[in-house]
Amino acid sequence: MSLSVVSRRALLAGGGGLALGFALGGAARAVEPDRPLPGSLANNPELDAWMRIDADGAVTLLTGKVELGQGVLTALTQILADALDVAIEPIRVISGDTGQSPKEGPTAGSMSMPYAGAAVRQAGIETRALLLKLAASRAGAPLSALRTRDGAVLLPDGGRLPYGELLAGQALRRRATGLPQDVPPAESRHVGTATPRRDLPAKITGAPAFLHDDRPPGLVHARVLRPPSIGAQLVGFDPASVEVLAGVIMVVRDGSFLAVIAEKEHQAILAHEALRQAARWREISGGPNQDTIQAWLKARPSEEIRIVDRPTAASSVRIVEAAYSRPMLMHGAIGPSVAIGLFEAGRYVIHTHSQSVFETAAAIAQMLAVDPGSVRLIHRPGSGCYGHNGADDAAADAALLARALPGRPVRVQWSREDEHGCEPLGSAMHVELAAGVDARGDIVDWRCDLWSMAHSTRPGGQAGNLLPAPCLAQPFPAPPPRVIPAPNYGPDRNAIPLYDLPGQRVTTHFIRESPVRVSSLRSLGAFANVFAIESLMDELALGAGADPLAYRLRHLSHPRATELLLRTAEAFGWSAYRKAPGRGRGLAFARYKNLAAYCVVCLEVEVSTETGVVRVLRATAGVDSGAVVNPDGLRNQIEGGLIQALSWSLKEEVVFADGKVLSTSWGDYPILTFSEVPPIEVLVIDRPDTPLLGAGETAQGPTPAALANAVFDAIGVRMRHLPLKPQSVLEAIASAAG
Amino acid sequence: MTLVLNVDGVRHAVTSADDTPLLWVLRGELDKNGPKYGCGAAQCGACTVLLDDAPVRSCVLPVSAATGAAIRTLDGLADADGALHAVQSAFVAEQAAQCGYCTSGMIMSAVALLAETPRPTDAQVRTALDGNLCRCGAHNRIVRAVLRAAEART
Ligand code: FES
Ligand code: FES
Repeated sequence: MSLSVVSRRALLAGGGGLALGFALGGAARAVEPDRPLPGSLANNPELDAWMRIDADGAVTLLTGKVELGQGVLTALTQILADALDVAIEPIRVISGDTGQSPKEGPTAGSMSMPYAGAAVRQAGIETRALLLKLAASRAGAPLSALRTRDGAVLLPDGGRLPYGELLAGQALRRRATGLPQDVPPAESRHVGTATPRRDLPAKITGAPAFLHDDRPPGLVHARVLRPPSIGAQLVGFDPASVEVLAGVIMVVRDGSFLAVIAEKEHQAILAHEALRQAARWREISGGPNQDTIQAWLKARPSEEIRIVDRPTAASSVRIVEAAYSRPMLMHGAIGPSVAIGLFEAGRYVIHTHSQSVFETAAAIAQMLAVDPGSVRLIHRPGSGCYGHNGADDAAADAALLARALPGRPVRVQWSREDEHGCEPLGSAMHVELAAGVDARGDIVDWRCDLWSMAHSTRPGGQAGNLLPAPCLAQPFPAPPPRVIPAPNYGPDRNAIPLYDLPGQRVTTHFIRESPVRVSSLRSLGAFANVFAIESLMDELALGAGADPLAYRLRHLSHPRATELLLRTAEAFGWSAYRKAPGRGRGLAFARYKNLAAYCVVCLEVEVSTETGVVRVLRATAGVDSGAVVNPDGLRNQIEGGLIQALSWSLKEEVVFADGKVLSTSWGDYPILTFSEVPPIEVLVIDRPDTPLLGAGETAQGPTPAALANAVFDAIGVRMRHLPLKPQSVLEAIASAAG
Repeated sequence: MTLVLNVDGVRHAVTSADDTPLLWVLRGELDKNGPKYGCGAAQCGACTVLLDDAPVRSCVLPVSAATGAAIRTLDGLADADGALHAVQSAFVAEQAAQCGYCTSGMIMSAVALLAETPRPTDAQVRTALDGNLCRCGAHNRIVRAVLRAAEART
């Protein structure tokens, strides 16, 4: 791990490379005006921002996106290898380094492929075109007679001009044009193939693959004592009992921020326990808990946001209404958050597994009241994250503690209890739907009212969003959470159904306060909204006497959605299904954000009416994410998303009270285990000539609805409140009977 | 106080206090990367290592209880010449991970299972791994990898 603070971005901005001279001319741009640049290229138009070709031919890919376990860096190297026509294995990747990477937004929202993927592809294509032109002028050969292969231009006479030689270490110093290139195209050899993950060999051999494994010289270990509840104030503390413990280097206190730094990790753990004994807090009590949160959501003052309002003249013969809900949910990374910070010569270098290195660096600089240029964040892989978890907060902790102990790298490791207790949760939601139907049972009018707290309190350059900042002696209060507007949306993500609905009104009731911390959890509001929509679709199909698949199809005029529904249902064996007692099947569909990947989930369940246990017997998921970069990576994302969403839907609910999360271990917050995971088949529709659509979150919404629909099919009881724990199933059975 | 540990075939003198959980000694003193901290409470399996071929949660095992046993970690699972263990190769073949944070614990638990039960059924693999949590949802790939390794070894 290098802790250098030299910034390549500064080099890029400051110039210094040689221009490639007249060989390339400036003609391409004069002929046609530049097009809007694709994806993240728009904000980082310099080709050099995306790749580097050294004199020896070594290729480096630069990206602001980061590896979260989703395989993004493998996919991006596939794209670059094809666009530039270079060998894939030796490509070096610099990812998420605020000192070197192109400035891209957070690695979130299933946007890496449409943003970074599209940028890398175009930058690679344009760079290769420049190399071809350079070779043509150097060799005096016609452009049309040139080819490329594995990092070299092939000349008509059989000669080779390696890229490294052509550039001789010079930077390109060119802006992308966004135009198609009038050069012989490269052959696609990697995109669309199941390229193995680049990061896996290190992870299966115990090489230092994670930030957790980094041990720079002089490393010391820290633990932070988190306030026991939101807004708790440290009112009494005597460091004496902690300072005397073996290995303790220092106790750090800044307002209610309290931490200890020790030589060895286990010494830090023991000292942390001593801190806990020595600290006295004043806490605020009250507020809702997991049982009252739904009523609380509806009762709190909220901001009303009407995201669609389209009246219809058609009249309904019947109105079907239902309310649905989801509880607070946790990201629950298996590896608690960690960060390593070094403060030296007036500069901070922080190694982090943050999803948003640029925005978090800015927030940390604000918290430290230092020049933003003096804080560099470098991403290193952490445990899978699934949204805004503790990573950024740990980075902020590391910055504060590095400041207290200049010259030594300080490693802050959160405990399991910290991670469960302090990570921002996915907001509970309450969704009320009403559908007006005609005599055939088809939908003519649709109403949706949804209540939710925020789904994004990411750092976003604001110190107050970092967990330690509101605790400091000079506190940064948490800013009011933002509304995420169209087309991504936050609480109301996927609240607008993709179906043809003549009349439609969708209203978000946005509650800015929250009893415990909340922020982005994989798919944001889509999990609850698609659960509600797709559950009601089944209820309406039942009312119309229609098959749930057929009923959906007659409300859909999206050919891709229709095809995916039909093919997934067929793969599942929908029409040939024979129902056995206690068993049932369910289906659900959504297009993530109505603009990313399409996903259909079909499940078969078995429900015990005695124990209330829902067992998922098998699952078939269909996905259309446009052009597929890595089919195995895509399958992996869909399988993983489906399993995680099943875990949320069957088992998970954060217990909290008095501003305190009480689910602080895996014992209190069980998740799906091997024996409970069904076999999953994934059907992929590849559309090579269409745009890349993000797919990392697309299975989250359909899964809970397919589950509830299958449970209904099995036992005739409609479950509208997640999770479907045995107790809730038994209660629903009892109330349906009663 | 010095204790002697036999880790991945090498004897090491370690200086951590007797009651230090083995995990912190492996990671902190011996620079092992495989065993991971996940919960510190024997609830997730990320820290799993083998003690005389049996899987143990190193986060709750005092280091003094591990002296005299052959401790095996992911770091020492491949041959000295770098040839991967059958379970490691199978994890690559099945691309049996997403973030890979749980992977070390999964592989070590699987190695222990195959030592006891060379040809496990799908259900036996799942039962054996039930105490190992994976949040990314790589479960089915992991099961396939373990079954593949079993096949490759027999
Ligand atoms: S870290 Fe040991 S079982 Fe979780
Ligand atoms: S692969 Fe991420 S926790 Fe298992």
